[in-house]
Amino acid sequence: MKTRVLSNGKANGHSAMSLKLYVAGQSPKSLAAFANLKRVCDENCPGRYHIQVIDLLKNPQLAQGDQILALPTVVRNLPTPIRKIIGDLSNTEKLLVGLDLKRAVAA
Amino acid sequence: MVTIRKTNRNSHLLEKSPTGIQGFDDITFGGLPKGRPSLVAGTAGCGKTLFALEFLIRGATQFNEPGVFIAFEETAEELGKNVASIGFDLTRLRRQKKVHIDHIHVERSEIQETGEYDMDGLFIRLGHAIDSIGAKRVVLDTIEALFSAFSNEAILRAELRRLFRWLKERGVTAVITGERGEKAITRHGLEEYVADCVVLLEHLVIDQVSTRRLRVIKYRGSVHGTNEYPFLIDAAGFSVLPITSLGLTHEAPEERISSGVQRLDSMLGGKGFHRGSTVLVSGAAGSGKTSLAATFVDAACKRGEKVLYFAFEESPAQILRNMRSIGLHIESFIKKGLLQFHAHRPTYYGLEMHLVIIQKLVREFKPSVVILDPITNLINAAGNTLEVTSMLTRLIDFLKTNRITALFTSLTAGGEHAEQTEVGVSSLMDAWLLVRNIESGGERNRALYILKARGTAHSNQVREFRLTHRGIDLIDVYAGSGEVLVGSARLAQQAREEAEAMASAQELDRKRADFERKEKMISAQVAALEAELSAERENLNCLLKQEKSRLNSMERSRLEIAKQRQADAQQVANGNGH
Repeated sequence: MKTRVLSNGKANGHSAMSLKLYVAGQSPKSLAAFANLKRVCDENCPGRYHIQVIDLLKNPQLAQGDQILALPTVVRNLPTPIRKIIGDLSNTEKLLVGLDLKRAVAA
Repeated sequence: MVTIRKTNRNSHLLEKSPTGIQGFDDITFGGLPKGRPSLVAGTAGCGKTLFALEFLIRGATQFNEPGVFIAFEETAEELGKNVASIGFDLTRLRRQKKVHIDHIHVERSEIQETGEYDMDGLFIRLGHAIDSIGAKRVVLDTIEALFSAFSNEAILRAELRRLFRWLKERGVTAVITGERGEKAITRHGLEEYVADCVVLLEHLVIDQVSTRRLRVIKYRGSVHGTNEYPFLIDAAGFSVLPITSLGLTHEAPEERISSGVQRLDSMLGGKGFHRGSTVLVSGAAGSGKTSLAATFVDAACKRGEKVLYFAFEESPAQILRNMRSIGLHIESFIKKGLLQFHAHRPTYYGLEMHLVIIQKLVREFKPSVVILDPITNLINAAGNTLEVTSMLTRLIDFLKTNRITALFTSLTAGGEHAEQTEVGVSSLMDAWLLVRNIESGGERNRALYILKARGTAHSNQVREFRLTHRGIDLIDVYAGSGEVLVGSARLAQQAREEAEAMASAQELDRKRADFERKEKMISAQVAALEAELSAERENLNCLLKQEKSRLNSMERSRLEIAKQRQADAQQVANGNGH
């Protein structure tokens, strides 16, 4: 499993965001998605997130658990409810809404 | 030359992957295109999923081709339960790694789309599933679920096109199911991508009778049956009727089997019907058609043959009771497993469905005799003689191919048109018996004719048909003086003839006695005359004697006198007295 964990260690148990990014190899879409996700997280909730990158080309069996069809997909397991955001995450607005960060920012 | 060309052509033919589905492989001449995706479209509840699942399971169990089932609608457990009812153990197949089921569930509300994406996840999952069991078959049921899960239709369509190309490259035989659309074949136009083979399933209700039909709309690179074929989903799974694909190639056995009525056999050249022939018994109401059929059943079961009896009018119990009244105890054969009854109202199913069921039961039970009693009700149910004729043609072809002797009964309206109403089906029949009611002298009697019996020398005579407590009896009718007499008229005629015969015998006796008496009288007269004659003769002789003795005595007296007178001897000798 190719996993990259990005966390600054200051994560607060309650508000920490647990994210999984499913990709297929190092495709331009995969790289763009990772860059966009990291940027948005750093801008909006620095230090309170945790990204696990899963390459399905290497671990195809992991696709079933989170019902992954489209790639790339970000799955937000925590906090509940589960959210899925698909695409290269180029639309920051939508990504923020998808991660439930938009409302928090607006507030 | 011809053979060589044929083999060459065959080698270029599309390779096919048998589905194992009863009848489907017949109409497609081998199954679905091997290594290509096929589309199975239909409305909800028409049996798409079952078709796909059976294709997969039979592939795994019968053709050693493991399969992957991608379920977008149901979970593996639900699918397992669904097919358990038709006798497949999906759990075991999954454990044996012959079938892999992947349930893909997409919750629209969980998903947010942002930017470019593709369906690589699906490809990876599918590829992984195929590799994990070495699958040769894939089912995607129903991939259209993706259209409700993702909003970017352009991406989705491009990805679907890629998916089907990818499936072809993988060389798996795939079945894609699709929901029937109003304008196109499928709601989302999947037929654009899966263009090699398209099968349409329909669930129609015509005149309140439900019929399932299957049609191969398209089959690139292959001939296929183009008709709508009825199909059935029951305890043994999916079965399609390839009936119209049968030809007139059945053999014609020489063997003959008894009709159960001795006199009828003798009317049919002494041996009965041909095995594998089709017999129609037609007649008006109450003319004894069922009794004739039951007698035939009885004879067949007594020979140890199996009989399948389809009753469309009476319940089996009723038939059994009625047959007991004419001395036929056919219920004992049911217990022995030689006889099976199937009673349905004709309106219970559509015509095609009857045919499917009949064929199915015949395949299962393998009878040598089949009875349909009566086929007329099917005509009433269908409301269209043409359809019934077509159905019966297919049924007869099927039965003949299997060397099954069939007896159909048919109710005629009676009267003078008894031979016309049957034209629709009679030409299909090998033998046709007509039981007619003859009404005369205030009573109805039954008369039986053989209207035709192909390939059999048969009597052209009318026989009186009687139902007795010992069974069916055929009696010669009185056919003298230009009319046919049956029943009590025949009895009366017989009595009259007997009386006449007796009278003439008595007359003869009287004449003979008369003659004898006359003979005696005449001979007595002859005797009397002879006696008279002899008396006359006696009399004459007597007279002659008297005369002679008188003359003698006269001479003597004269000589005496002469002697006394002492006359000379000369004078005496002259004797004249002078």
